[in-house]
Amino acid sequence: MKKIKLLLFAISIASTAVAQDYFPKNDGVKETNSHYTAFTNATIHVNPTQTINNGVLLIKDGKIVSSGKSINIPENTITIDLEGKHIYASFIDSYTNFGIEKPKRAQGGRRSPQYSATREGFYWNDHIMPEKNAIDHFKYDKKTAEKMRKEGFGVVSTHSMDGIARGTGMLVALNDNDKEATRVIDDVNGQFYSFSKSVTSRQSYPGSLMGSMALLRQVYIDADWYDKGNVPTKDRSLEALIKNRGEISIFEAGDKTNNLRADKIGDQFGINYLIVGGGDEYEMLDQIKASNANYIIPINFPEAYDVTDPYMANYISLEDMRAWNQAPTNPKMLQDKGVPFSLTTFKLDKTSEFTTNLRKAIAYGLSETKALEALTTAPARFLNISDKVGSLDKGKYANFLITSGPVFDKETVLYENWVQGSKHIVNSKDQTDIDGDYTINAGGKTYELNISGSASKPKSKVTIGETEYKSKLNYADNWVTLSFTDEETKETFRTTGIIPKAGGSFSGKIVMPNGAENNFTAAKKVATTSDEKDEDKDKSPSVLPVKPLTYPNVGYGNVTQPQQQNMLFKNATVWTSEAAGVLENTDVLVKNGKISKIGKNLSAGGAIEIDATGKHLTAGVIDEHSHIAALSINEGGQNSSAEVTIEDVVDPEDVNIYRNLAGGVTSIQILHGSANPIGGRSAIIKLKWGEDADGLIYDNSPKFIKFALGENVKQSNWESYSRFPQTRMGVEQLFVNYFNRAKEYDEAKKSGKPYRKDAELETLAEILNGERFISCHSYVQSEINMLMKVAEKFNFRVNTFTHILEGYKVADKMVEHGVGGSTFSDWWAYKYEVNDAIPYNAAIMASQGVTVAINSDDGEMSRRLNQEAGKTIKYGGMTEEEAWKTVTINPAKLLHIDNRVGSIKEGKDADLVLWSDHPMSVYAKAEKTIIEGKTYFDLATDKQKRQAINNERNELMTMMLNEKNGGGKTKPPRQKENKLFHCDTER
Amino acid sequence: MKLSHTIYSLLLLVSFTMVAQQTPAPKQQGKITIKNATAHVGNGTVINNATIVINNGKIESIGQMDATAGIVIDATGKHVYPGFIAPAKSLGLIEVEAVRASDDQDEIGDMLPNIRSLIAYNAESKVVESMRPNGVLIGQIAPQGGTISGTSSIVQFDAWNWEDAAIKVDDGIHLHWPNTFRRGRWWAGEPRGFQPNKKYTENVSDITSYIATAKAFGSGKNLATNEAMKAMQGVFNGSKKVYVYADGEKEITDAITQLKESGIKEIVLVGGYEAYKVTPFLKRNNIMVLVQHTHNLPNKHDDDYDLPYKLPKLLVDAGLTVALQNSDASNFQTRNLPFYAGQLVGQGMDKEVALQLITGNSAKILGIDNMYGTLEAGKSATLFISEGDALDMRGNILSKAFIDGRDVSLETHQTELWKRYMDKYEGDKK
Repeated sequence: MKKIKLLLFAISIASTAVAQDYFPKNDGVKETNSHYTAFTNATIHVNPTQTINNGVLLIKDGKIVSSGKSINIPENTITIDLEGKHIYASFIDSYTNFGIEKPKRAQGGRRSPQYSATREGFYWNDHIMPEKNAIDHFKYDKKTAEKMRKEGFGVVSTHSMDGIARGTGMLVALNDNDKEATRVIDDVNGQFYSFSKSVTSRQSYPGSLMGSMALLRQVYIDADWYDKGNVPTKDRSLEALIKNRGEISIFEAGDKTNNLRADKIGDQFGINYLIVGGGDEYEMLDQIKASNANYIIPINFPEAYDVTDPYMANYISLEDMRAWNQAPTNPKMLQDKGVPFSLTTFKLDKTSEFTTNLRKAIAYGLSETKALEALTTAPARFLNISDKVGSLDKGKYANFLITSGPVFDKETVLYENWVQGSKHIVNSKDQTDIDGDYTINAGGKTYELNISGSASKPKSKVTIGETEYKSKLNYADNWVTLSFTDEETKETFRTTGIIPKAGGSFSGKIVMPNGAENNFTAAKKVATTSDEKDEDKDKSPSVLPVKPLTYPNVGYGNVTQPQQQNMLFKNATVWTSEAAGVLENTDVLVKNGKISKIGKNLSAGGAIEIDATGKHLTAGVIDEHSHIAALSINEGGQNSSAEVTIEDVVDPEDVNIYRNLAGGVTSIQILHGSANPIGGRSAIIKLKWGEDADGLIYDNSPKFIKFALGENVKQSNWESYSRFPQTRMGVEQLFVNYFNRAKEYDEAKKSGKPYRKDAELETLAEILNGERFISCHSYVQSEINMLMKVAEKFNFRVNTFTHILEGYKVADKMVEHGVGGSTFSDWWAYKYEVNDAIPYNAAIMASQGVTVAINSDDGEMSRRLNQEAGKTIKYGGMTEEEAWKTVTINPAKLLHIDNRVGSIKEGKDADLVLWSDHPMSVYAKAEKTIIEGKTYFDLATDKQKRQAINNERNELMTMMLNEKNGGGKTKPPRQKENKLFHCDTER
Repeated sequence: MKLSHTIYSLLLLVSFTMVAQQTPAPKQQGKITIKNATAHVGNGTVINNATIVINNGKIESIGQMDATAGIVIDATGKHVYPGFIAPAKSLGLIEVEAVRASDDQDEIGDMLPNIRSLIAYNAESKVVESMRPNGVLIGQIAPQGGTISGTSSIVQFDAWNWEDAAIKVDDGIHLHWPNTFRRGRWWAGEPRGFQPNKKYTENVSDITSYIATAKAFGSGKNLATNEAMKAMQGVFNGSKKVYVYADGEKEITDAITQLKESGIKEIVLVGGYEAYKVTPFLKRNNIMVLVQHTHNLPNKHDDDYDLPYKLPKLLVDAGLTVALQNSDASNFQTRNLPFYAGQLVGQGMDKEVALQLITGNSAKILGIDNMYGTLEAGKSATLFISEGDALDMRGNILSKAFIDGRDVSLETHQTELWKRYMDKYEGDKK
């Protein structure tokens, strides 16, 4: 409907394309006018690697007829002489929301979160909208089209940038002169995705990155199930997803690690996403390359920070300063690595920054050929439209640029941007260059006039001597109008004159302040171009020295990855955390990342000797309950989130990894938060600072999931009254219900009959089958007892109660059930349910035979867990050896990694800490922290890193100051917020 | 050592019944002599083999002498410390953080100098009683929130009611200096993270003009009754200190400069995360610092991992008078005060100097050093006996504590639960 209306109201203008011949015409008679247009004598860049000098481009009816050196030009041809000019295929932007209205944000009227979907007849989650088609929301946007053409674009892919599954996109030619019927090249092109929820719905799930990932996986599974005819009801979302399967899937990931997350999902379902990156791919080139994906890369390079105020400048992290310094190299790095990519205007504040930033990328090493490719052939290939656009070959759309010179040169002027054979003037190519100095006589005075930039943006400067007068110059169609005001007399003069084709002086009339009209002449002086050149030099993108990357690329990152070393600790006090106890004056030999030998007077045999006299050597500290190094912690959108996993969102760049290492911590369990009775799956990692997320996660990691009880899952401490459960009674029934369903699911699965795969029930079935372990957030004795009984009913055992602050009240029952306790040393008084929390808890539980660990749940405490273990001696009188086990072998046992870590035992991983003092003394410092024979923390290296950070900060700040003083854009300082999560943290 | 402690505890168990709060100890009757102790004076010195005679609530004598007056406690191998002092806390003003009904620490409004902590102080708080077994016996109770949060008072931690508890009434005003950086309102479309606070200058001028108004109020004959203005008057003659909370280099410099220029006599800097960058300035202005405690994470990504650990040492090394506070931590954490000080020893600070930061220096900064903070003859007998090194977790095991000579209970809600359940398990086994 809309398209027809547009046709009816559209004003017919000169068009080279053929109108649809069956459309009636009532405002005149219906005649056709078909002719050729030839562009001659131009340098034709047929594609990024093929150039024809002095060639001809012949077009007809919006398409290219031919391009080449010697072409037969038919008689009915309009010939345009482009001597000295260049022709390029116009650019393609593969990622825009051109002409699509921005979706409106849903109004939040209710205090409680919205748990169910707003829509009916669609997928159960509002953020999944594959049924949305861009074409239904499209309205051609002339203003934006003009801006895009100015940057050289002729065709864009567009869609509604909203939601996780966003529906289909479309392809539009930026052709102002024709109608939708012509310029919409493809109604349906691509299915679009992202990790971000739709703004149009307040449905709370998913509330986290890992939730978005889990949801998307389930959508694909469900689509398959639906497609096989297993669902009796109608789901328009899944139907659309299935229908558009043949389309390319485009994923807006947005940064380097999200690129890989998207790719991982794609791999699982056989989808090769075209990924919209974030411009920071250079930090993870190997992994990006290994993803084997095509990328759409934004070039919104960060602006420098304004560091003039040194107090303020302090707040900027090295990481952010580096991003400014390194990001312009991103396209070059991708090019050098051989990653296929296209470039986009996406993420730019203003479209007009595109050319500027592209030139910057070229200055930083992106080749012009590659740049051209990334704007023409690459996006055409990615979007499967190489047959239509991307080069100047026969049969393709006549989408091309006419420029004054090589397209990326700073001096080059883009004259015309032809789209579908229709001319769009950007800068008049026929206009004479009138840059230069003139003198004007008016009102008895002689004014100096300087004109610059006349080919694109004409500017005037009117002066007498040193005084400059306000002036305005307009230059179009060979006419120039100039007005200026004499500041002394406040008189305004207006002139208009015609420019002779040959340039030089021009004349016309001048309107005097009193209204009298006279003739005037602007006499051109001999050109002096030296000044101009200096100015140009200043404006060309300056290439600054680029700082080297570190692993990870943040402050305290490693210049080179730590190497495995054989080492011999001599004469240490060795805390074995084994039956051997504490061994005085003992040597420990580390070989190939393992503890090879423990004894006296061991020989180094080539290993590095470390004198540990007076020092204490222990196994690395293990934190059973941590929330550092993750991008999200809670998926609170539903009361069960067994489908999500922290492994999806491990953040290897969190500086708290390094800080934990400095506190002797080597392994942690990153637990899901406690928003839901059934939380998400854990990530168990080693703190190998510098490795990527996969490198941190344990190989063959034991499978864990977080459960939670009490106030958090009842949502007692904030305004939320609509989610089940609101009582401890409800919590029990929720578990029973889920396990009943998991049992049925598992039976169905094992029966061999077709079943709907469900990531959530799959996870719960693993618990029932003893393949996955529960670490349950718990406080009061009633609920602890309850969960044990539920587990017993379903014939499994709870593995760990974490927090378990009233564990001391049911320690005997815990022993009987066979569950461990991982607790705080001394926390309490922060909420009602910890009223009876006592610091003697660990000692009491241990005294009854519970395997007890001390955990942190806190990014600060985690780096002092050795001290927290010491508190169990004060509170309840645990022996020193038993106390030390609470942060080493006991958490290792609870995490089922005690075969690898947690004690100093021959054959185990060499995860070791050398302490300056008794390890549980408040006076002790970790001097070295070693994981698998690699030193990840060392006091001496730390000192060097501090110095290096200081130096690099200073250098970068000087560069930024220069940038500002040179007139470059800057932004105010900003401090990244430390991501610090606790159990209760939302998202 | 451990055994005797357990036996001692069991003995106590017999003598106490299960009540919510321990009964405050009665006034000292007769002398007490602690013998053969290692006395950590709290002024940087240690007296080995010390004898301490306590009489009438005060330390009558301390030194290496022979005395056996009154009840004699043999402290061979044990350590005696002055009661630790916790400044700038809302202990007794809030019981359970998540329970709004138990929260009396933060009144609404920005400038509330007349809001007084003392009258809301719950002397029977279970959180307060949990301080004693770790040696924390005195606290400055400060209201929270706003710009001028209110007026604090200093109390001891074994009392029937707030009047009983008070050591120094209305000792100071707590002022939170604005920050040059503020958190981005991401829900309103601003980027996350911290960005410059454009209202900083305005916020600062709100404070200076408030103080100017207060000064004008006090300098003439005022017909109006204005409790807030009245409450401010002490800051101009030095009878009330101004505790100004500031962390950034710029904020600290601004705060001290502006407050001095406003005619404030006694200024104490609280927080001081970046105070180490402006130590000459602070020294020049004779500013004492209640520095943030050590068990904190660095504020900034690129800061040294151990900056919070060593921060107080950096200030002490620069010659400033420094004590520790943990105003940014939960109240229950205040019992970890000794360990905050212990952390400094790992950073190379002398143990006795570290001790000063929670005893002698704290008393000096709070203005109660005439009576508290050190083990000196004539001062209050507010002290405790520890089995070991009280700054280390493993050694901080108290056998006795005295406040003004009163032999206070070391039992708490928590120790009672411990014993109750250990008893249960012991009983079950029989």
